[in-house]
Amino acid sequence: MALAKRIIPCLDVDAGRVVKGVNFVGIRDAGDPVEVAKRYNQQGADEITFLDITASVEDRGTTVEMVERIAGEVFIPLTVGGGIRTCDDIRTMLNAGADKVSINTAAVTHPEFVHEAAERFGSQCIVVAIDAKRVSAEGETPRWEIFTHGGRTPTGLDAVEWARKMVDLGAGELLLTSMDRDGTKAGFDIGVTRAIADAVSVPVIASGGVGDLDHLVAGVKEGGADAVLAASIFHFGEYTIPDAKRYMAEHGIEMRL
Amino acid sequence: MTIAVIDYGMGNLHSVAKALEHVTHENVVITDDSRSIRGASRLVLPGQGAIRDCMSELQRNDLQGLVQEILRAQGKPLLGICVGQQMLMEESEENGGVPCLGYLPGRVRHFGRDLHDIDGQRLKVPHMGWNRVTQRHAHPLWAGIDDGARFYFVHSYYVEAQEDGDVFGTTDYAGLTPHVATGRGPVFAVQFHPEKSAHDGLRLLENFVNWAP
Repeated sequence: MALAKRIIPCLDVDAGRVVKGVNFVGIRDAGDPVEVAKRYNQQGADEITFLDITASVEDRGTTVEMVERIAGEVFIPLTVGGGIRTCDDIRTMLNAGADKVSINTAAVTHPEFVHEAAERFGSQCIVVAIDAKRVSAEGETPRWEIFTHGGRTPTGLDAVEWARKMVDLGAGELLLTSMDRDGTKAGFDIGVTRAIADAVSVPVIASGGVGDLDHLVAGVKEGGADAVLAASIFHFGEYTIPDAKRYMAEHGIEMRL
Repeated sequence: MTIAVIDYGMGNLHSVAKALEHVTHENVVITDDSRSIRGASRLVLPGQGAIRDCMSELQRNDLQGLVQEILRAQGKPLLGICVGQQMLMEESEENGGVPCLGYLPGRVRHFGRDLHDIDGQRLKVPHMGWNRVTQRHAHPLWAGIDDGARFYFVHSYYVEAQEDGDVFGTTDYAGLTPHVATGRGPVFAVQFHPEKSAHDGLRLLENFVNWAP
């Protein structure tokens, strides 16, 4: 099978700077998004995800400008997420040079928006971000639910059923983040990754918890993910993209080297 | 000398234009103006989203007739990208069946559902990511690009051309061999996104800019 598994560095951007929260607190500054994106492009990243975590509406214009600048210099796919709520938001980001948009909260509050967006722009550019948290106790059959607001607000929605529903509505890809693991460096939640990857027909990106290269291998081989997303292991120079790709290829995973 | 990226309201125009500007000093315009399109020395026909919307937007902007006229005249190089490649075929089975521009004989088909590879691993649709492109026939647009180089794809429908001579590149997915690079005369079209395929993609665009069919 020649289709390569993808490595996607993620840029969490707040008011024009790349940041990475540890469990969404203790933010460290990691630089100018355009420079960071260019570095990853040169290193051979397969895609870049730009996650706008800017809280204030006034700073949203900065995001569009950043996306335009990245798209002008980086010729690999770019996904933009954060605050995508309307078809106009999607049109703005696609016109700025994004290839895909990632819908998160709006998918939970208005699931039909996913359908509308997929009908209008095509499923291939609609990513639905799923933030899942384990709700079953140790020893019980594992169960995960959807959480919003950075993992603080439970919705009562079963994560696997939700994933299926999003794909039925037209999601072309799922960005699955384990809210238990995000920022912990303890590795992906393989259980939820496998459960969702097996349940849906579209690609699944595993996210949340990467601390070393074995975690990336496990995400693909055990979790069944089509792509792996990581931020801090790359931002702070612990590993480069080529390190990660070589390591994954050595473990029998088809990669673009 | 101007390269016109045809703007009919669909498609990733910014990315394509930026990538072209990266490989040429020629003027690159994004336009829906028929005079600019007629006056351009080269055309890019992008496409993104559902093909029914792409075709109806092309019609709504009075551009379908113009594009067909240009294709018939065989006067200037045209590069189709993604749905732009698909639109050059006779028809697509997307959206319950959509007639297309009919420049090349053949159709656009869906990959299918519930696909699995030989190991039983679920195959995902859309076909998304970096896959190898086998160069079936030599073409000036392949100059400097290795046979089997990887390009970035994202699509759920693929081109099946009728005539082998129109097929310049294929990939392998889901046990199928989609015709991911097609063309005839001054027209070349690719399913993958050269503007998103890093070095090899930029090379293909550069080859297009320098192509004198």
